[in-house]
Amino acid sequence: MTDAILYTVGSLSGLGLVSAFVLFVVASKFKVYENPKIGQVEEMLPNSNCGGCGLPGCRPFAEALVEREDISDLFCPVGGNDVMKSISTFLGKDVAEKDPMVAVLRCNGTCEARPKVNTYDGAKSCKISAMTFAGDTGCDFGCDGHGDCVAVCDFDALYMDPVTHLPVVITDNCTACNACVLECPKNLFELRPKKKKDLKIYVACMNEDKAGIARKACSHACIACNKCVDVCPKDAITIENNVAYIHADLCTLCRKCAPVCPTNAIIETGFPPKKEKTEVAPAKVSTIEELKLN
Amino acid sequence: MTMLKTFPKGGLHVPDNKLSEKEAIQSINLPKTVQIPIAQHIGAPAKIIVERNDKVRTGQVIAKSSGFISANIHSPVTGTVTKIDTFLDSSGYKNPMVSIRVEEDNWIEEVDLSTEVNSEITVSKEEILQRIQNAGIVGLGGATFPSHIKLMVPEHAKAPEILLINGVECEPYLTADHRLMLEKPDEIIIGVQILMKALGVSRAAIGIENNKKDAIKILSERIKNIKGIEIVPLKVKYPQGGEKQLIKAIIKKEVPAGKLPLEVGAVVYNVGTTFAVYEAVQKNKPLIERVVTVTGKSLVKPSNFWVRIGTPIEHLLQAVGGVPENTGKIINGGPMMGKALKDYTVPVTKGTSGILLIPKEKSNRRPMQPCVRCAKCVDVCPMGLEPFLLMALSDNKLVERSKDDNILSCIECGSCSYICPSSRPLLDYIRLGKADVNKFLKSQKDGK
Repeated sequence: MTDAILYTVGSLSGLGLVSAFVLFVVASKFKVYENPKIGQVEEMLPNSNCGGCGLPGCRPFAEALVEREDISDLFCPVGGNDVMKSISTFLGKDVAEKDPMVAVLRCNGTCEARPKVNTYDGAKSCKISAMTFAGDTGCDFGCDGHGDCVAVCDFDALYMDPVTHLPVVITDNCTACNACVLECPKNLFELRPKKKKDLKIYVACMNEDKAGIARKACSHACIACNKCVDVCPKDAITIENNVAYIHADLCTLCRKCAPVCPTNAIIETGFPPKKEKTEVAPAKVSTIEELKLN
Repeated sequence: MTMLKTFPKGGLHVPDNKLSEKEAIQSINLPKTVQIPIAQHIGAPAKIIVERNDKVRTGQVIAKSSGFISANIHSPVTGTVTKIDTFLDSSGYKNPMVSIRVEEDNWIEEVDLSTEVNSEITVSKEEILQRIQNAGIVGLGGATFPSHIKLMVPEHAKAPEILLINGVECEPYLTADHRLMLEKPDEIIIGVQILMKALGVSRAAIGIENNKKDAIKILSERIKNIKGIEIVPLKVKYPQGGEKQLIKAIIKKEVPAGKLPLEVGAVVYNVGTTFAVYEAVQKNKPLIERVVTVTGKSLVKPSNFWVRIGTPIEHLLQAVGGVPENTGKIINGGPMMGKALKDYTVPVTKGTSGILLIPKEKSNRRPMQPCVRCAKCVDVCPMGLEPFLLMALSDNKLVERSKDDNILSCIECGSCSYICPSSRPLLDYIRLGKADVNKFLKSQKDGK
């Protein structure tokens, strides 16, 4: 009886020891050296694996950061400057500093502004719809409204507005990972600098048709009337293919262009309500007039 | 009774609804303006060589072929070029077109306008190719692949053994090819002989679906004294008219995935194309008109027309008495592979074989339900694919796996979407998957 127990214990321990030795040999023979820094850098990253850096995920990005000599072209839009700075001090390499960005939708073709001219009853996917035809409204360039961008967003930064049928960017959640920009078949998303308090002015239209056709299709369409170009003090607005574009690097957010736009195609966000200014100005005039009259 | 030939895998029987098969092809008066797209074929769009306010004559080249796979485009009318701009076409997008105001119908001198059949093939092989290329002939079955390229057999490739003529017209409702076979049998047979000469083959077979018995009879009579051509009646089954299905049915060989029919020694032309080849070679006539079926159950008189390229579809609808009030969709092509139009200002192109009107109550798709794993789509797929799987792969962006599951073999016949009891948009997703795979392959190729 005891023999049997002893044999079993002995043979199993022997087997264990032999296996341990084999594993030890294999592990030391085929050891792959990995820079421990990679793991540490990976922990510093947001680990959202969104691909916003252009690499497949956070681990490959960490590898690239540790292994490449020059990492000035690598940037994690999700972590932003804070994360990049801490990585820079940890690795002792210079990193680029970038303004935080945010995605904006360059279409303001709400259901009201852009009446439907026919019905689409195919698959609920913008990509399939865009493959089938230019869209069920008169505008060939506008949002299809099936929400491919919402589906692709990893950060819950987009939702479909049930009234306008357009996606809305939740600025606080948006990490500028570029996923919606790549997903949209009509290329309607653009990353723009997220200045202080999320102040932005942009042209929310991509319609390249001539003024008459564009206006007929959508009352919010840019008609390339040049009014904003004329009023801009910094020459930050250009018109190409019948659409105005505000260059964010030149724009000083002076807010002169938005009021002159006849179709409300220029959108301002993050600014305090404009009422103060407009109310104050006429009030002053009236007082002067009153003074003169008196 | 002997078994009729057909393809072995998949396929289904759809009600054929050939409403206009007894209607002779009528000519239609010219519209006021025509709009001619410069991309009516697969490959590079043609390059416009006319300018605004230019006077053009019927048959004159207005856009020259640019690149290897491309085709010439001719003016279908005599008139003045009024605009060179983008207009809506059957793709649902605006594309560059030449708009011509129609003044008269004055053909260029080189064209032989006599109606008598010229059965003597006097021109050389090279000349045939040249004439087909000059006439801007493309595959009129719908794929619009430039026809002259099929005749240019690459040196290292296998020599063609047999010429197959596709007179199947398996698409429901359409009768354009059927009527053409009934009305122009002599011309088609001469066209076949011209193509045989150009390819250097001694055998040709004309495949016709067995629901067109009159066409089979009339063509069989014409080939009695001609060696090498046979008429093959085929079983009525959709998509018998697919190129690969036709080859499989007639010569019992399967074209490998991603390869051309030439791999099995076959070259396939549509009967409409064959007729256009006859006209180009024997009469020097460029491809500026084709047969278009205008049909639909709500129409008083579904008809077949000889239509000039560029004629607005509106004009055709007027010729059949206007659009009935309850029309829900106007489809360019047949019900299976055709595409709903956004607007009826769209012009007829070289690939337009029919215009189909569907009443409102029949036109809307049913809402999509979950897949019930009935495998009906697998049963009907003529290419032996698994549409339900390809749809899931495409939806989940598994590009490499869809490639491995041969998504690119899909011929987009629409059988899977038609049969699906859950009304799932299988083909829509497969098309998307195909586009993604092609993009992926291109990026890989560019990367290397």
